[in-house]
Amino acid sequence: MNVAKETNSPSSLRLVLTLAIAGLVSGVAIIGIYESTLPTITANKARELREAVFKVLPGVSQMQALVYRDGELVVVDAPDKNEPVVYGGYDERAEFVGYAMPARGPGFQDTIAILYGYKPGEKIVVGMEVLESRETPGLGDKIYKDAEFVAGFSALSVEPEIFAVKKGTKSQPNEIDAITGATISSKAVVRIINEAHAAWSAQLPAPGSEPQLEAEEPVGTEADQ
Amino acid sequence: MKKNQTHEEFIKGLWRDNPVFVQVLGMCPMLAVTNSAINAVAMGTATFFVLVGSSFLVSTFRHLIPKQVRISCFIIIIATFVTIADYTLLALVPKVHKELGAFIPLIVANCLILGRQEAFASRYPTKLAVMDAMGMASGFLLALLSLGAVREILGDGALFGVNLFGENFEPWVIMILPPGGFLTLGVILLFFNWFKFKKDEFLEDVAAAERSRG
Repeated sequence: MNVAKETNSPSSLRLVLTLAIAGLVSGVAIIGIYESTLPTITANKARELREAVFKVLPGVSQMQALVYRDGELVVVDAPDKNEPVVYGGYDERAEFVGYAMPARGPGFQDTIAILYGYKPGEKIVVGMEVLESRETPGLGDKIYKDAEFVAGFSALSVEPEIFAVKKGTKSQPNEIDAITGATISSKAVVRIINEAHAAWSAQLPAPGSEPQLEAEEPVGTEADQ
Repeated sequence: MKKNQTHEEFIKGLWRDNPVFVQVLGMCPMLAVTNSAINAVAMGTATFFVLVGSSFLVSTFRHLIPKQVRISCFIIIIATFVTIADYTLLALVPKVHKELGAFIPLIVANCLILGRQEAFASRYPTKLAVMDAMGMASGFLLALLSLGAVREILGDGALFGVNLFGENFEPWVIMILPPGGFLTLGVILLFFNWFKFKKDEFLEDVAAAERSRG
């Protein structure tokens, strides 16, 4: 029985060839689907980002990416992958309105990524949008589903830093009502903003000397829907 | 006769051999992504695509694949279809893709899919294999949807994101949390077993009655 099996078994070459061909065909198929979906995926991401920037910075109609290089903020078309970036928001007359700052940090379950609008002149946060979160459905996810909490970030002083306080006890401009039942998630959002603000505050130029809007930047040109 | 068999291969996956409720396969995506009906449908559709595609290829090439390397070949085929599904969902429905997260690539590890290749597609002609895959995948989709619908209605008061009960409904939050998945699945499995038990009892009664008559 065993001997018969041995003689019937295909050569190693055939086994190797079968796997090699399967791998080759699979590789070609994967490259094909990657190449054909990439433009849509990139456009989706750019549109999402643009919508988020306009949401956290009311009154903004144009934006450009800014990175901190050699001691100053410079305008870039495509930031490097791991380079911290902020987005400058400008109104119709190309006047600077504020920064949209991406920030991330640990939440209750996983990393929370947010984008917040910051006006350096008044030193206030003017909007907050959660980009990525796996907080508990029904409790922690109120950090983006609870309209009252999100609205709390529409005029929030960052000096000296933001505090999350028990719901209904907000008395200072730098305090925000935490969500009942989602204290940890609320505090996480506040901490992420505080940390990002601390990290960036030294790198942002003095109010009034922000980088000028450079002619139509690429993110803004296509997605007008 | 032939037509009946093709038909039968499709039907059995829906009810008699339902992959989730009878074979209890694919429990990981079953419990993880059924917190809303739309997620369940997206997951079910992706699995449908992968299972039918892989079964078709495996069955077509079943004489060409040496059996010593068959599992590796199955996995290569399945993984390719999963990658295609992954990128397609990311391009077409980025929001749903975000919700499903890591569970799309994990379809590769769904034992339902590899199980069907090994037990069915690699042994039967293409037509039967595709019917079997479609039946099993539809059964899986149906199971995901019934769990997802129950959990979304109870846990969120909505179905496919449409609010059903208005403002005064207090959502039963635990239903969309992981324990809710176990609770719902347990109740459904209980029902299936009770149904089977009752059916067997009924068939025994019928047989006994026939014996006493004869």
